[in-house]
Amino acid sequence: MNIVVCVKYVPDAQGDRGFEADNTTDREAVDGLLSELDEYAVEEALKLVEAGEGEVTVLTMGPEDAVAAVKKSLQMGAHKGVVVTDEAIAGSDSVATSLVLAEAIKKIGEEAPVDLVLTGLASTDGVMSVVPAMLAERLGLPQVTFASELTVEGSTVRIRRDDETASETIESSLPAVVSVTDQINEPRYPSFKGIMAAKKKPVETWGLADLGVDASQVGLDAAWSRVVEVSARPPRTAGEVVTDEGDGGSKLAEFLASRKFV
Amino acid sequence: MAEVLVLVDHVDGDVRKSTLEALTAAARLGEPAAVFVGAGAQGAAEVLGRHGATTVYAVESPEVAEHLVAPTAEVLAQLVQEHSPAAVLLPSSNDGKEIAARLAIKTSSGLVTDAVDVAPADGGGVQTVQSVFAGSYTVTSVVAQGCPVVTLKPNSVPVEETGGGAATVQAVDAQVSDAAKAARITERKEKAASGRPSLTEAAIVVSGGRGTGGDFAPVEALADSLGAAVGASRAAVDAGWYPHSSQVGQTGVSVSPQLYVAAGISGAIQHRAGMQTSKTIVAVNKDPEAPIFELVDYGVVGDLFTVLPQATEEISRRKG
Ligand SMILES: Cc1cc2nc3c(=O)[nH]c(=O)nc-3n(C[C@H](O)[C@H](O)[C@H](O)COP(=O)(O)OP(=O)(O)OC[C@H]3O[C@@H](n4cnc5c(N)ncnc54)[C@H](O)[C@@H]3O)c2cc1C
Ligand SMILES: Cc1cc2nc3c(=O)[nH]c(=O)nc-3n(C[C@H](O)[C@H](O)[C@H](O)COP(=O)(O)OP(=O)(O)OC[C@H]3O[C@@H](n4cnc5c(N)ncnc54)[C@H](O)[C@@H]3O)c2cc1C
Repeated sequence: MNIVVCVKYVPDAQGDRGFEADNTTDREAVDGLLSELDEYAVEEALKLVEAGEGEVTVLTMGPEDAVAAVKKSLQMGAHKGVVVTDEAIAGSDSVATSLVLAEAIKKIGEEAPVDLVLTGLASTDGVMSVVPAMLAERLGLPQVTFASELTVEGSTVRIRRDDETASETIESSLPAVVSVTDQINEPRYPSFKGIMAAKKKPVETWGLADLGVDASQVGLDAAWSRVVEVSARPPRTAGEVVTDEGDGGSKLAEFLASRKFV
Repeated sequence: MAEVLVLVDHVDGDVRKSTLEALTAAARLGEPAAVFVGAGAQGAAEVLGRHGATTVYAVESPEVAEHLVAPTAEVLAQLVQEHSPAAVLLPSSNDGKEIAARLAIKTSSGLVTDAVDVAPADGGGVQTVQSVFAGSYTVTSVVAQGCPVVTLKPNSVPVEETGGGAATVQAVDAQVSDAAKAARITERKEKAASGRPSLTEAAIVVSGGRGTGGDFAPVEALADSLGAAVGASRAAVDAGWYPHSSQVGQTGVSVSPQLYVAAGISGAIQHRAGMQTSKTIVAVNKDPEAPIFELVDYGVVGDLFTVLPQATEEISRRKG
């Protein structure tokens, strides 16, 4: 089974994230890394090929540094990587991002057909949870998302999806686009051996021209949704903090009553 | 005035509050029209009309319900083509966002998710406000391309009644492609109802974390005295003390209630991502240095096992 895993390179959530003068995400000031939620997709792909056969290709679109997200995935055990990077890509919205990723997946598929496209449940910066559905739409593939359990039998993929009201089993034929949640597995840490092996694994770098995508279709100028203003949220005015001296609960109830919650 | 389509979120015909919020928001952009997929449109026409919808486009195809988001996106794309609305508004649920995503691609339109406010943009299109990076920034965007598709975060827009009569129900003959039916639900197990309000819609949420040590009784008792939903931190969920569907935060649900109470929760960035836009925040924590206290309107440094029961008792007493 040939699996493509989409991984995003994001600013570290623990850092002080912010914006550039043109209102795009500042990707310089804070260290970047592989979006933690995409590690679950990489892990699941590795488990699937380890239980059978096939190859895992990791794909990222982003600045040149985004190769770090691919490297980390290769260290975990993925077989090869593709980085799509191009000056024109900066500032792309979700619509343009999905276009580039879809074209890249098609190109990867020219070598050997792709059976499964795996993604995380959301990036840790944009957090939209829309790219998987957009990829399915663009590639004309079934979409099976928010998997907390995944099995493949022959050419059928089956997942479990849980929400507040129900637990569902969802099924489709392969090839398909599947997104996985952080409930699905425990991602492995790269081993020393894995880190050494990753150095020899192939990583290709593609530009928009390699994908037949025109620069006018992507990037900030093409963005169909455009940020016009950003403002740091004013720090919440420090509230009152009391120490419980036997009456903390009553004081809390009093506060809630004063705000009309009781 | 152009129509603004609002996809109705309902449970067996019962319209959810997020839809009424979306209708209120839609009225700022044009003439609200509801799109109702599944059985029960006629029954819902009154409540939809009272909140501003003049028309309900009813799609009563069982095929759509069985097949997740792809068919609904097709139906909406068909309606966008036929009616050229000024915008389409959907709830920011998992399904809502995915339908929105596919619709944006199908109709070559810009997309904004998790908007907390919408308004007409100068020069056409829709202006939206989002809260990003775990609530540390507020972002204003304009979607001008195509038919702007916007998903609204629940509890962001106060519901207004317009006093309108029942909306006119108009049956829509939907064509669902075979491709859209490729993925299907083969089994569905309903979870036992907790009797509490739904987490994303509740006006009050009381959450417990690792500090509960697995005993959620004081958290649930306080929640019940306030008519609140119960949430949990990931530490509590990972320990198996509470279901994942109750997890608040980056990898759980994002809530925006009038009041959020965090008990025995430290306030990690990933937890904050899911609750920082709450209007009033209260915390009870043993550790005066816990980062959650940076966010609070009111905090009690103390043991949740004594503070919560005392608060619950006092609230019950006040309620008589
Ligand atoms: C704060 C903020 C707000 C934004 N708001 C909007 C908005 O309202 N509308 C809009 O159209 N765009 C918006 N964007 C831009 C959008 O986030 C990016 O275009 C992004 O690439 C796609 O959305 P996402 O990161 O939310 O991905 P999600 O849809 O959350 O990602 C899900 C999965 O898709 C895969 N994936 C996503 N991006 C990539 C990538 N570049 N390379 C490889 N795999 C990937 C990963 O597997 C990921 O786990 C915003 C960005 C930021 C930082
Ligand atoms: C990719 C990723 C995604 C994540 N997504 C989420 C998410 O969606 N939601 C989420 O919540 N977390 C998420 N996390 C985890 C997050 O980083 C924290 O680990 C988690 O929120 C901690 O939960 P906690 O506050 O309950 O536990 P802790 O951080 O251990 O805090 C427990 C608190 O309880 C207090 N306490 C202990 N006993 C008592 C007592 N008797 N009375 C009062 N207070 C007491 C302690 O002082 C402490 O402050 C994510 C992490 C990652 C890496």
